[in-house]
Amino acid sequence: MLLNPAIMALILVSGVVLSMLLLAAGFAIQLLRHWDISSGSERQLRLERRTYLISTLLAWAFAAELVSLLLFVYNAEAMSGQFVGAMCATGVLNVNAWGWPTLLLKIAIFFSGASWLILNALDNRGYDYPLVRLKYRLLLLIVPLVAVESGLQLRYFLELRPDVITSCCGSLFSANARGVAGEVAALSPALAVWGLAMSGVLVLAAGLRFQRTRRGGPLFGLLALLAFGIALAAIVSVISPYIYAHPEHHCPFCILKSGHGFAGYLLYIPLFAATAWALGVAVVAPWRHIPSLDAAVADGASRLVRRSLGMFLLFYLAAGWFVYSSPLVMQGVWW
Amino acid sequence: MGWLRRQRYLLDFILASLLRRKGKNLGLLLVYSLIVFMLASVMLFTHALKREMGLVLQASPEIILQRIEAGRHALIPEDYLQKIGRLRGVTARKGRLWGYFYDPAVRANYTLMVAPERRLADSEVIIGSAIARTRGIGPGDYLTFRAHDGEAYSFRVRELLASDTELFSADLVLMSERAFRISQGVTEGWYTDIVLSVSNPLELEKIAEKLTLRLPDTRPILREEILRTYDAIFSWRQGILFVLLLGAILAFVIFAWDKASGLSAEERREIGILKAVGWETGDVLRMKFWEGAILSLMAFLLGYLLAYLHVFHASASLFEPVLKGWAVLYPAFRLTPVIDGLQVATLFFFSVFPYVVATIIPIWQVSVTDPDAVMR
Repeated sequence: MLLNPAIMALILVSGVVLSMLLLAAGFAIQLLRHWDISSGSERQLRLERRTYLISTLLAWAFAAELVSLLLFVYNAEAMSGQFVGAMCATGVLNVNAWGWPTLLLKIAIFFSGASWLILNALDNRGYDYPLVRLKYRLLLLIVPLVAVESGLQLRYFLELRPDVITSCCGSLFSANARGVAGEVAALSPALAVWGLAMSGVLVLAAGLRFQRTRRGGPLFGLLALLAFGIALAAIVSVISPYIYAHPEHHCPFCILKSGHGFAGYLLYIPLFAATAWALGVAVVAPWRHIPSLDAAVADGASRLVRRSLGMFLLFYLAAGWFVYSSPLVMQGVWW
Repeated sequence: MGWLRRQRYLLDFILASLLRRKGKNLGLLLVYSLIVFMLASVMLFTHALKREMGLVLQASPEIILQRIEAGRHALIPEDYLQKIGRLRGVTARKGRLWGYFYDPAVRANYTLMVAPERRLADSEVIIGSAIARTRGIGPGDYLTFRAHDGEAYSFRVRELLASDTELFSADLVLMSERAFRISQGVTEGWYTDIVLSVSNPLELEKIAEKLTLRLPDTRPILREEILRTYDAIFSWRQGILFVLLLGAILAFVIFAWDKASGLSAEERREIGILKAVGWETGDVLRMKFWEGAILSLMAFLLGYLLAYLHVFHASASLFEPVLKGWAVLYPAFRLTPVIDGLQVATLFFFSVFPYVVATIIPIWQVSVTDPDAVMR
């Protein structure tokens, strides 16, 4: 199944990104051992110069991971014609056990990469790089994540066998042949809506509190992660059916298609951006006490929290609008 | 706003500097566009073909039932239609007659088919436009076949098939049942295969399973299966071409690396001066990033546009034989353009991404040079 251009591209990218990160990890180990900002030695100078390379490499690596997340979903969508029972991307991800883990890991890498880049940008604004050791230690934690993702993705694609015509088609219809599951399991709609509303109120309140008092940055990030998870569950169990105007159609990917007005982009882009920025607040806020970062933290955190809140608001408004404007009416059935 | 203005000045500066080194940058742009052009042509063409197949097959019957004899497709007796019996969900079933005919005059195979709904007289045929083109005949002219027993039969061409289905009907000859049986030697009571219509797609597999149980010497072929197979085969062919093009991409990567690292003494001095007047390493990196972005965007647009013209206005003449399959009677057809996110993202990873990866390290090496080292 490897001779499909999109699959080739995905494997190529994960390979290249992994080697970029390994390069960065090698450098991180060197830096953790020898970094001494007060020294003027040649080695220290070399390390300082290297940090530019590593920042650039990682910015590109994480950008590529983001595009590959998109491509992964598009590709699953495009391959749905090749598997019995798979009607859209959901079915293709269900073909074997590695599809969903790969997707979730890609999302996790996106968020850890975004947080790392925000931390990196903050650190670069302090003249003495106060967070440099922490930053590269965190980087060493991201590398295994990317390695596992590459492995899982490779395994997923290697084990994809499209159901094509063989010389004896009868074999496909033997008693134990079965297609893949075309649907995802969904939470009960009432529970999902309550969860969505509660998490929305909580995350917005935490953000506003941080904006006012400059306290509770990490809490905001944590709540944002929670809200993100609940929002994904709610998209599957409630919002998508309303967009499709079909109570049994739960696919979280079909809403990205033109047939549904690309509604998914209006949900996913704000949601992902809001969560990434909220995580940014969480990694930036605790460093206010460092003198060289004082101004940068105050400035950066308030900008991040404003953006994040705006995006969360946009997401909840969009979700509410899709439910409100849908021709589907579930009063008395779901609630 | 300050950030935006800063980027704008930077862009301004870079455009001027790109134009100052026209020759070098044009060379890079040319090679870059060529890579995008080749990849995009393959991609646009296969995607359009896939779509065409899907559209054409929408009208084909849901299940085709073929009899297998010693592992080969054989004629199916008429009484199989009765043997199938009543199957819940099957709305219509009928036997089909079709076959191939090799015409030595044009050295090509025709597909013969019986079309009862056209009500053809026994001496009339309807032919595909590629046959008409190659043999130089039109409605009212005569087409002569050598039958299975050596006799020659002449048929009057009643009309030509519409050219909008030419991808499939280029080599098609429609005739009456009697004419087909006599000229091809298929006796009464036998058909080439049986087709069944099923209105509910969810029932298809169950019906196919029942068919294989009732008629163990047959194989059912589902329309979905044909679609799936075409889909997989087109992806596979596209993949093969991409693998072949990987060599070209690798050469391009080396070329880009070389261009980015082999800066002229003048360029080095320029960066040295910039740093001496107060640019930071980050600024130089940003400048180089914008330079790459401008080049990539231009190459991508140019390559994609050329590929679009090549595929949809010049029938993809460079890759046609590999991707479409080969035959003597080539259909001439216009494809409907299809562009989607999958294509663009894949293309991005095969062209822009390698370029970026190849240039990061050389760019960094340039940007960290000390001003005094280059100006001394």
